[in-house]
Amino acid sequence: MAALNIKKGSTSHSAYDLRDFHSEVERSHTLAVLVDNEAGVLARVIGLFSGRGYNIDSLTVAEVDHKGHRSRITIVTRGTVAVIDQIKAQLGRIVPVHQVIDLTTESTPVERELALFKVAGTGDKRVEALRLADIFRANVVDSTLESFVFEITGTPEKIDAFAELMRPLGLSDVARTGVAALPRGI
Amino acid sequence: MERVMARQMTGAKMVVQALKDQGVDTIFGYPGGAVLPIYDEIFQQNDVRHILVRHEQAAVHMAEGYARSTGKPGCVLVTSGPGATNAVTGLTDALMDSIPLVVFSGQVPTFMIGTDGFQEADTVGITRPCTKHNWLVKETEKLAETIHQAFHVATSGRPGPVLIDIPKDVQFATGTYSAPKAARVDHYQPKVKGDLDAITKLVELIETAERPIFYTGGGVINSGTAASQLMCELVDATGFPITSTLMGLGAYPASGKNWLGMLGMHGLYEANLAMHGCDLMINLGARFDDRITGRVADFSPKSTKVHVDIDASSINKIVHVDLPIVGDVGHVLEDALKIWKSRGRKVNKEGLAKWWAKIEGWKKVNCLAYTNSEKTIKPQYALQRLEALTKGRDRYITTEVGQHQMWAAQFLGFDAPNRWMTSGGLGTMGYGFPASIGVQIAHPDALVINVAGEASWLMNMQEMGTATQFRTPVKQFILNNERLGMVRQWQQLLHGERYSHSWSESLPDFVKLAESFGWKGIRCDDPAKLDDAIMEMLNYDGPVLFDCLVEKHENCFPMIPSGKPHNEMLLAADAEAFKSGATLV
Repeated sequence: MAALNIKKGSTSHSAYDLRDFHSEVERSHTLAVLVDNEAGVLARVIGLFSGRGYNIDSLTVAEVDHKGHRSRITIVTRGTVAVIDQIKAQLGRIVPVHQVIDLTTESTPVERELALFKVAGTGDKRVEALRLADIFRANVVDSTLESFVFEITGTPEKIDAFAELMRPLGLSDVARTGVAALPRGI
Repeated sequence: MERVMARQMTGAKMVVQALKDQGVDTIFGYPGGAVLPIYDEIFQQNDVRHILVRHEQAAVHMAEGYARSTGKPGCVLVTSGPGATNAVTGLTDALMDSIPLVVFSGQVPTFMIGTDGFQEADTVGITRPCTKHNWLVKETEKLAETIHQAFHVATSGRPGPVLIDIPKDVQFATGTYSAPKAARVDHYQPKVKGDLDAITKLVELIETAERPIFYTGGGVINSGTAASQLMCELVDATGFPITSTLMGLGAYPASGKNWLGMLGMHGLYEANLAMHGCDLMINLGARFDDRITGRVADFSPKSTKVHVDIDASSINKIVHVDLPIVGDVGHVLEDALKIWKSRGRKVNKEGLAKWWAKIEGWKKVNCLAYTNSEKTIKPQYALQRLEALTKGRDRYITTEVGQHQMWAAQFLGFDAPNRWMTSGGLGTMGYGFPASIGVQIAHPDALVINVAGEASWLMNMQEMGTATQFRTPVKQFILNNERLGMVRQWQQLLHGERYSHSWSESLPDFVKLAESFGWKGIRCDDPAKLDDAIMEMLNYDGPVLFDCLVEKHENCFPMIPSGKPHNEMLLAADAEAFKSGATLV
């Protein structure tokens, strides 16, 4: 078999898969799954993850083409090369799934999440919360004399950072949408 | 105008019309409140034959037997609630073994869904993980198209069971019927042609390999008889050895010169050692099941692995392969043969001769050897006699699950595809008897034998009534050891000979049982009388229950203990020496 002399390197023109398939390194991947918006389709996708023991870190779903009844499910999951490949293949064989796009291949995708933070407090803490919100470009969408609700958009990391800062200032409630993502460039 | 009027019909009528338009001649089912409108339509026509079963699980297994022996999808009709939940085991079995089925279930009316109505169950919820796809049809207008799509999904790509849940009001209401051609199926079109670059690489590997082996599975049979023929052509032309999984038996004839026998946990020594020692493994439509691979880390360590499968998710799932080819086995083989021939039909003859010499050495081990007895019937002997006495007849074999199943796979030879129906993936005890009825319904004049163990067979024995009612002359060949033989074997080898609940207590008198259903019952416990008894069974025109009392403590060898690699298999002679703790699977 050695006579075959399989070249190492790019796989784009090779029938062989030369990635380090056996790598034990886990990596976070953002997958976009385009599906027919029919009854039970989300249950099929979720059931696949729970039934086969895969993780879901984040999940967003909405119909993106009302005419064609197509929804886009954005899933952030984590796993080794082998596991991510298997997740993609398993998703791909669900009948109402049209396309599975791995947004985490060579470059990272544009990812955005929206969150609402309720921060309760008075006095200095209240002023500090408002000041930090300004730095993070968060908007006040509700206000009473003892509380604010901030709306913030950004990467999950930015929202995590904002949450950390708000915690000592009276953070009482958080609602997050999960990640929406698109690949960069054309 | 008249034509338009003619296309208006009730949902119930649509079901029957769609069955006819899909070419269905038989449906297995059991009536109940939520499917009465459909049963009313079945009553008023003669094109689709309904086989009344005695339990819905058996209906699904019958449809599996029908499907596997014909290559056509099997059809089932059950009622809501318990009708649907009883079908779940059969659906899971069909999903694991990739058998095309279309199952119709009744449902409570749409306005009652979610109210915990009488005989209501969340059927699409329950069957979602055990079907390839399922639908709850809430509008009669969409029913016809959904049924046609269901047939398309069940039979395209990797086949599998689908279920259509139809609420009773949808069956009563009138809607527009659409023909199969009008159904939109364009978005589910699995790729059947393999990548030509990859197939060319496969041919290069075939040309140079020193120790090649074909490892084939149920996918070859599912791909159709043409795929089996192409595979035989390639195997015979290259002179490569070939082994097969339990599911793939018959695709390459057992009488063929390159046949090594089945591989896997109870596979043949030569097949497993050839898998372990090969330098090129060509997997055609098999899925590296754990019963095949043994310990994955030590599975065929020195080989370049090629995997042809229509299901991309089968590739790299368990064993990482060097050359994946996603496509239908038949199409890929056709292209591979074409390319290999055009490049001059080369193989590494020198390497191959050495390889065969090695394999011949392994064959000499005679791994299926057993100690025969003049006093008791050895199960292996019973199957050898069955094989000898049915040789040359177009014979269909089904099995239950356990030792007898493995012995049947070892000792019976299959020379054509679609002649061997066994529950491989799920390992469903109770599969074989109903499956044999399904096979016989599809092939009324053929010889259909279910090789069974008494414990498995009892799991669906209620179907004796079905066999009598529909005059199916199925032969139930029960290797009765009054034990759950495979469980007992594992307990002996792995659990310190503590035989926890692995014996069959309070067995019926099988001869009297047979007679009570109008069958013929035969009992045999004497090796000297076995041939005559088997001939009596074969010559009887009607269903036979053959109670073959065999050695109670026979073990099935060879055996790769769970979690061990191929080259650590146990032969009958080693069994005494085997001392090891229990393993997990």
